Amino acid sequence: MTEPLARPGRKDPLKKTRLPLNPQGARSRAAHGLTAAAAEGRFVLQSCADCSAVVYPPRDACPVCLSPRLPYKDVDARGVLLAETTVRSSTDPYFRERTPWRIGTVKLDAGPVLVAHLHGDTKEGGRVRLGLKLDKSGAPVAIALPEQDTPHMGDDPQLRELTCDPKFRRVLITDGRTAVGQAMAKAFSEAGSSIIFVGIADAWKPFPGMDALRGIERVEIIPLDITDSESVLEQAEQNGGRIDIIVNTAEHIRAGGIIERRGINIAREEMDVRYFGLMRLAQAFGPGMRFRGADGVNSATAIVNLLSVYALMNWPTYGAHSAAEAACLSATQSLRAELRSGGVRMVNVFFGPLETEWFQTVPPPKVAPAALARAVIEALKKGLEDVFVGDVAEDIRLRLAVNPKALERELAG
Amino acid sequence: MTSTPSRRKAYDGVVLCAPVTVPYRRYSTNSAHWWIGRALQALTKQAGLQPTDLDGLSVSSFTVGPDTAIGLTQHFGLTPRWLDHVPFGGASGMVGLRRAARAVQAGDADIVACVAGDTNHVDSFRKTLATFSRFAQDAVYPYGSGGANASFALIAKNYMNTYGARREDFGKICVAQRDNAMGVPHALMKKALTLDEYMAARPISDPIHLFDCVMPCAGAEAFLVCSEQTARSLGLKSVRVLSTIERHNAFPGDPIQVRGGWAMDAGELWSMAGVKPDDIDFVETYDDYPVITMMQLEDLGFCKKGEAADFVRSHTLTNDGTFPHNTCGGQLSVGQAGAAGGYLGLVEALRQLTDAPLGTHVPDARIGLVSGFGMINYDRGLASGAAILARAA
Amino acid sequence: MAVANLLAFARAIASGTIRVVDLTQTLTPDFPTIVLPPEFGQCAPFRLEEISRYDERGPAWYWNNLTVGEHTGTHFDAPIHWVSGKDLPDNAVDTIPAKNFIAPAAVIDCSREAKADADFLLTVAFVKAWEKQHGKIGAGSWVLLRTDWSKKSYADYAGLRQDGAHTPGPGPEVVEWLVEERDVHGFGTETIGTDAGQAQHFNPPFPAHFYMHGKGRYGLQCLTNLDLLPAKGAVIIAAPLKIKQGSGSPLRVLALVSAERE
Repeated sequence: MTEPLARPGRKDPLKKTRLPLNPQGARSRAAHGLTAAAAEGRFVLQSCADCSAVVYPPRDACPVCLSPRLPYKDVDARGVLLAETTVRSSTDPYFRERTPWRIGTVKLDAGPVLVAHLHGDTKEGGRVRLGLKLDKSGAPVAIALPEQDTPHMGDDPQLRELTCDPKFRRVLITDGRTAVGQAMAKAFSEAGSSIIFVGIADAWKPFPGMDALRGIERVEIIPLDITDSESVLEQAEQNGGRIDIIVNTAEHIRAGGIIERRGINIAREEMDVRYFGLMRLAQAFGPGMRFRGADGVNSATAIVNLLSVYALMNWPTYGAHSAAEAACLSATQSLRAELRSGGVRMVNVFFGPLETEWFQTVPPPKVAPAALARAVIEALKKGLEDVFVGDVAEDIRLRLAVNPKALERELAG
Repeated sequence: MTSTPSRRKAYDGVVLCAPVTVPYRRYSTNSAHWWIGRALQALTKQAGLQPTDLDGLSVSSFTVGPDTAIGLTQHFGLTPRWLDHVPFGGASGMVGLRRAARAVQAGDADIVACVAGDTNHVDSFRKTLATFSRFAQDAVYPYGSGGANASFALIAKNYMNTYGARREDFGKICVAQRDNAMGVPHALMKKALTLDEYMAARPISDPIHLFDCVMPCAGAEAFLVCSEQTARSLGLKSVRVLSTIERHNAFPGDPIQVRGGWAMDAGELWSMAGVKPDDIDFVETYDDYPVITMMQLEDLGFCKKGEAADFVRSHTLTNDGTFPHNTCGGQLSVGQAGAAGGYLGLVEALRQLTDAPLGTHVPDARIGLVSGFGMINYDRGLASGAAILARAA
Repeated sequence: MAVANLLAFARAIASGTIRVVDLTQTLTPDFPTIVLPPEFGQCAPFRLEEISRYDERGPAWYWNNLTVGEHTGTHFDAPIHWVSGKDLPDNAVDTIPAKNFIAPAAVIDCSREAKADADFLLTVAFVKAWEKQHGKIGAGSWVLLRTDWSKKSYADYAGLRQDGAHTPGPGPEVVEWLVEERDVHGFGTETIGTDAGQAQHFNPPFPAHFYMHGKGRYGLQCLTNLDLLPAKGAVIIAAPLKIKQGSGSPLRVLALVSAERE
């Protein structure tokens, strides 16, 4: 049974903030197949295309038939915990301050043996299921979880080290004017976040849902306009020291391609909100979050960026919008590298057309704001890095993996 | 494919001589090159040779990078006609010996200097662990970074669960070895150890406690391999090689290591040597964790699988008692000088069989068995080897 | 005007005999701008990006880049701004004769009426009543509408409701009348636009823009401190930036007021 996490007390102002350290993050190129799967929350191992052997650790040739064809495939994650040890003395500074730390040898039903982190509810000799997660250095690791979910299992300290659980963490939702921003505030409140700061730009402009937003438990409305550097800096100065998760809900969605736009004003607004907006947030809040990456139960842990799935491949119906989203996506890749030293995760949540005004003429399936919010909470609880929400996003992901050129042509209509 | 490997030629006329140990230090500011150089110097002095007389060289080291054996020839001014680099950790001595012996036998070299040496800077052990192997980097070190302690803890825990060995049985091995180390001048751990102290030691990675672990240090070990005739002409006492075995990545299907490659090759080891386990006067096992010593006792045929704990209980394991084992104290007492740990047993056996031990004698020792084990690449040690050595006629 | 008189003018300013009243709102990022339906292009709000501030980007100097729409903050409307003035000569901020940037002002106080009704509309009758008290509005004079709107919170200032903005302004007849019957220089307000919040529903829509710019007259909006001006006698200096074919520009609007009561 996992001991439920206690709400963290107020920080002792006389105590030095523990600086973030990372476990070793180097991996072989072959091992990055696990990185890709862990980022999306899948459990995969190399499976020989010629003899079907399931292989671990990652290799460049099959140890049964020497085939070089070792694609990663989803495999059964269940197995037996053969032996465990509690590491009490570690040579690595990251683990040194986290010992005692349990690891074990897991024999998978699918064949291979993995050394894995152990969730507190696993027992030697017992059945377990493995999850692939990203650790603080963004590198893939396996953790053995109890075969069935147990109460408060997300509170397990070793698991929580691999996730960005919003429970007892303080969240900033950058734009509360939108349906998505409001759904997000509600979801974080329900997920047990301690404070949900919700940014409102141009407070003199009324917006639908304002009263409901104010009524959500632990929501605190703050003035924030991510197109205004000064406003972002002011918020960072005021609240940056106590923001553990940022969810960037600021959106700018307009239909139309490049030629028919007539000028670049709207495109500039799109870039201002999506690309420069993220940059302003990162510059203002990033340094503080990176510093607070190991600051106890409510350490800084993630920046969540909501992205149109058409960031990955332009949809000319929303052509200029797609391009701005692509710029934003590219920025997140840089931020991922820049945030890593602080153990702060950059989570990209890709969505298809939303059930909102700006996709009014787009036929279903569409993503309801509440579904998007649920997916964000789920991603943080599971510690994901790349999330695809809704049927369209998933469809684009799959088609992109198969044939990007075909996708380009087909999206052109 | 054949299931019976071809019969190997005996090592007739090939000997080991000139045992060298460069006294160990816990930490060193010197490089691995310095330690290896001192060992080579000691070899030439002991044998009365010029460096250029060494026409064969076999080097083992973890910390000599970015150099390998070839770079060292220029570094040390050697011009060998036979050169080998054996980065096999705890199996380095065994593998180096086997190759050198065949080179001498075939006439590829006359005098091969076999040397293993490593330095130990304040942070070099951590760095070695983090980058030990690709599998370690990908699949072990990120899991608590407990190093070999954690990996062997899992193996030891499984062994205890499976065969009922107890910590006390591991402790018996450690306590007896410490007893054997008392006369060795450079042993890093020379304070007598009691079973109570062993049991009460600080846990490192359960069930591994402090005295199950070797102490990483700097040091070097070396010997010469040549013909019996050459050794005699140099006035060196020597020992004969009765048989050797070597095996890598044995039993890959075992989900967790309970045996090593010796279990595949022990039959050949004994038949080639023409002796039986009862004929052995002392045994030098590779002792980085007593659980591996137990596997060696089983897999080499001194007892059945799973019975090593009983075997240990029924012997003193001391130089003056029954079944003398790790007669200079082993790495658990003298320290683990990197790859030199894989030479320790061979050099000590060479000393016992030429009546020149650094510590206490094993009385009337005529035949000794030395075993090596190394390279925990992922979840288990991959390399294993053994040699049976005999006092020269 | 003789040289001696100009110097006397400068001395009067220095000594305070002539007061200089600043009618300009500070340019800040959060000052409300005109809001169009979101599918239209929008007027860029004021934004400041620091280039350097005595730091590694420029060790000894502080400066900024700014972005701003032509119609952001306290700003000037040129005739070219409206379709009705698009073909007039000298209709853009760069071609308007410079002398037109200095003109007297009549300040019509309807702060009481606007306070009572956010949709208050100025009428011809109201102006005629004002003229009875203060005299006829002279040709070439600005007409500035004092509503005290500049004293409101931003939300009340913008006055946005579901059916649009509710802010005071002129009705259609009075604008046409001011141009045709009084030959005014232009029309100025404290609100975001020269027209009332609901003026898109008037006939013609946005009459202040339509009539003023259609006859080559100017607009000033987002003014403040109109309560510090006399009903008549103030001289306004309102020179927009010289933007090529600019439709307007943020500017500093100054009023010169004689300290001696008239």
